Amino acid sequence: MSKHSRLLLAALAVVVIAGLIIIPMNFNRYGLYILSQWAVMTIAAMGLNLTLGYAGQVSLAQGAFVGIGAYGAAILTTHGWPLIAALGLVIVICFIVGWLLGYPALRVQHHYLAFVTLAFSTLMFLVFRNESWLTNGIYGISNIPRPEIFGFPTRRPLPFYYLCLGSLGLVTLAMWWLIRSPWGRAFMALRENPIRAQSLGIDTRRYTLMAFAIGSVLGGIAGVLYAPLTQYVDPVPFNLQLSLDLLMMVIVGGSGFMLGPFLGAMIAVLLPEWLRFAEGYYLMLYAAAVILLLIYSPSGILGILDRYLSERRTKAASALRAAAQSKLEAAQ
Amino acid sequence: MTAVLDVRDVKKSFGGITAVDGVSFDVQEGEILGLIGPNGCGKSTLFNCILGQLVPSAGEVRVDGKLVTGQRPADLNRLGVSRTFQLLQVFPKLSVRDNLILAGQEHRGSMLSRLFGPSDAGLTTTADQMIGFFKLEHLANEPAGGLSYGQQKLLDAAMAFMGGPRLVLLDEPAGGVNPTMLGDLKERLIAINRERRATFVVIEHNMEFVMSLCSRVMVMAEGKVLAIGKPDEIRANPAVIEAYLGH
Repeated sequence: MSKHSRLLLAALAVVVIAGLIIIPMNFNRYGLYILSQWAVMTIAAMGLNLTLGYAGQVSLAQGAFVGIGAYGAAILTTHGWPLIAALGLVIVICFIVGWLLGYPALRVQHHYLAFVTLAFSTLMFLVFRNESWLTNGIYGISNIPRPEIFGFPTRRPLPFYYLCLGSLGLVTLAMWWLIRSPWGRAFMALRENPIRAQSLGIDTRRYTLMAFAIGSVLGGIAGVLYAPLTQYVDPVPFNLQLSLDLLMMVIVGGSGFMLGPFLGAMIAVLLPEWLRFAEGYYLMLYAAAVILLLIYSPSGILGILDRYLSERRTKAASALRAAAQSKLEAAQ
Repeated sequence: MTAVLDVRDVKKSFGGITAVDGVSFDVQEGEILGLIGPNGCGKSTLFNCILGQLVPSAGEVRVDGKLVTGQRPADLNRLGVSRTFQLLQVFPKLSVRDNLILAGQEHRGSMLSRLFGPSDAGLTTTADQMIGFFKLEHLANEPAGGLSYGQQKLLDAAMAFMGGPRLVLLDEPAGGVNPTMLGDLKERLIAINRERRATFVVIEHNMEFVMSLCSRVMVMAEGKVLAIGKPDEIRANPAVIEAYLGH
């Protein structure tokens, strides 16, 4: 990337971040709720983007980890734990469970792996619904408190939105660090060619398990924010549908692109709102839009941009070559 | 002196088919051993047995005197045994430089230190030296998938050397490479062999390439060693001519 375009990108990022901070100040309660939900779902989708987009491991269990996070936060904070302590415990649990869920991936891949993770997702849903001693079953857990952050209460929608946005910011920074570290390179090697990766000394077992564990932790973090956002959890939002929605967010946004989940979550959370005018037809329009997008660009929205940029680069390179060629001919 | 690679009575069978049938040989430090033989004679299976991609049904493999039979490829690689594959095996979406950094990054420090350390694992200089050595400078930032076949072959070979290996097994490095580039590749391999005392085993069908590159040549047929010796002896060996070289 040239210095010029890098500057442009940084400026764009500043404008978007400032916009996300300033514009919602005028939003009503519902608008802030939707935007907070976007931030939370983006975090969960980023986790799946790591597991699936970068490391190439299919998972239909991300929704279950959001559920584990949400229930963890709901149960602990209604028992007087501070949210940050619940977060710590959820991170540890999701890391361990995600690590264990990675073991099948060492033996099976692709659609077989999808089935294994799907089974886990269903299993967790049954736990949320049936283990009433812990989760209060179908009645759910209500009156989940919103936390105080450094003494600031986040009971009102705007401060809570800032909490979600701030968390998203921190997660994004951590993710950015991870992806540009040697681990990020190893994850991509896992996706593109595990056998070659092994022959280069890359411990594919450990990196596969790590991809699952870290991706699951992000699902858990999203859940920990989800519980105080809705202030009520019951099993229904954490059924297989959520895992499928998260998968769609990753694919539509652009799997394996850092910013893919931001766009994917935006479409999944906001598009239904924008399509409200269509009333009963909205789901049809939504589905048609997704199908058309994936036919046009199987690598998602960011795939279109990527294609455009690389085409331009190729053109520039061949123009350069042609110029050099004609110079050479002129000299002869 | 212990051999860098010592293979004793290695066997590998798949069901009723014995692909490698009791192969023994050793390779001394700094040697370039050629491995030739008709298609399906067990060369690549032998490679895979040595490198841990396959576990031999019987026999022993030693590297620098250390028993490594059945060790996982990643562990073996970190012990200093590297390889290239018969079919192209670069990471198409990573840049040429990132392919090389990736090939070296697991060779030092712990996994945790790599997470918190610099993003290039301190290997940019080494990678760029390798890029220069294989004359790929103008392509350093291009995604490897955009390179020509021959250039990808060069990158593939360069990757095998990033970890500073003791022993490199090359599976048909010359296949599909045009003659000019082939000369380049041979020159590079000889230079690395001399400068770094790296030891090679090379599977190859291009006879001219093998005979001019290798100090010794081993011929396999039907899973067994048919002959082993200097290139000239192999060329003159009647059994080899019968089985492989032709009249």
